[in-house]
Amino acid sequence: MQTRNFINSLDLSPSQYDRLFDLADRINHAPATYAQRCQGKVMASLFYEPSTRTRLSFEAAMLRLGGQILTVADPKTSSAAKGESLADTIRTIAGYADLIVMRHPREGAAQLAGEYSPVPLINGGDGAREHPTQTLTDLFTIRTFLGRLRGLSVGLCGDLRYGRTVHSLIRALARLGDQRFVLISPDELRLPDRVLSSAAALGEGNTFEQTASMDEALTRCDVLYVTRIQKERFFNEEDYIALRDTYVLTAGKMQQAKPEMIVMHPLPRVTEIEANVDDDPRAVYFEQARLGMIVRMALILDLLEGGDDAAG
Amino acid sequence: MLRVDRIERGIVLDHIQAGNGLRIFDRLGLRDVSFPVALIMNVRSTKMGRKDMIKISDTLELDLTMLGLLEPNITVTYIDDGNVTRKEAIPLPERVEGLIECKNPRCITTYERHGISVFTLVDRSTSEYECAYCGERARM
Repeated sequence: MQTRNFINSLDLSPSQYDRLFDLADRINHAPATYAQRCQGKVMASLFYEPSTRTRLSFEAAMLRLGGQILTVADPKTSSAAKGESLADTIRTIAGYADLIVMRHPREGAAQLAGEYSPVPLINGGDGAREHPTQTLTDLFTIRTFLGRLRGLSVGLCGDLRYGRTVHSLIRALARLGDQRFVLISPDELRLPDRVLSSAAALGEGNTFEQTASMDEALTRCDVLYVTRIQKERFFNEEDYIALRDTYVLTAGKMQQAKPEMIVMHPLPRVTEIEANVDDDPRAVYFEQARLGMIVRMALILDLLEGGDDAAG
Repeated sequence: MLRVDRIERGIVLDHIQAGNGLRIFDRLGLRDVSFPVALIMNVRSTKMGRKDMIKISDTLELDLTMLGLLEPNITVTYIDDGNVTRKEAIPLPERVEGLIECKNPRCITTYERHGISVFTLVDRSTSEYECAYCGERARM
């Protein structure tokens, strides 16, 4: 049987997503049932780039399934520094582990590693290309809070130009169809045309609206997905300072939003959401991070057991 | 006038841009074969001015899939029993391994020793390929 990997967010079909989220739901509601499911299994986490949250989320997921973890402290200063190829590192580690999670700064690294790995491999982020388990996290969060993944008004706010998280999420939602996307960003950080056209080609009934005004767009959204605007993306500091505050979500602005809207953020949050929004029940970003761990548990189980959820 | 005997059974690669013949000759590994092969360069052509040609005798079995990428105008004529049995152009291949170098410095294939570049055709009308690893586009 060919080893199954999870490399790109569109690797899974919409029905496979549904099945995975059903499993994640069951784990979320009865975690004790799953606490020993990966007993005797070992997951290796191989992070060539620092990533506290993603790595901890994966490791917590494996531990909560009763499995063990092997962490390579810093692959850059160990095997890779000695000149070992990624393909050789993967084949060696696959001898020790039942599953590999890898983050690598090079685009396409996860695909190459997956081609050499005899055990399932999960992409924990490969450069600017993909971070598919963030997309799983985002979709599962929307489904958990709103009960559906179609027919949504989704406001995406902030840096839409460079954010791979946003690009993957737009594609994954667009594929399901009937979404209204409101793309809220300064001109400098608008969604690239190639992402817009590829998303538009993926599904039917989607509309895309671009705006520079968060205040106006906010009133129509079911989901507001906020991302950080980074200073280094601007040519001069004045432009950055002038725009920065325009895209800050405040408790005042939240009064204009729908009562059932949810506010999401891939974290870390810096200044783009004021702390006084955190107490609003619509602010779900910390719960989003927790659900990210739950959906990673479902993914690990699915890859290790081939989707056979006997306990479910 | 240079003469190369007509072949009874084999393949003629024609309309190769002058100067490109040797590259195709090498790419097809024709230096190492045991059957007769002729590379003719700078042949006069009414259509092209000058062109290169390759005549391969005694075989009809050669993998020519990648030729469309190396020489888009090439024509291939198959000859058997002294008669032309088939004449065809070679379309751009759907998948190209190891021939196109990815220009994205952040791509794993530009860094990894075991990384062989793989490109897939995304738009035949513009001859555009996409790196199967990083998504970088390349136009042929």
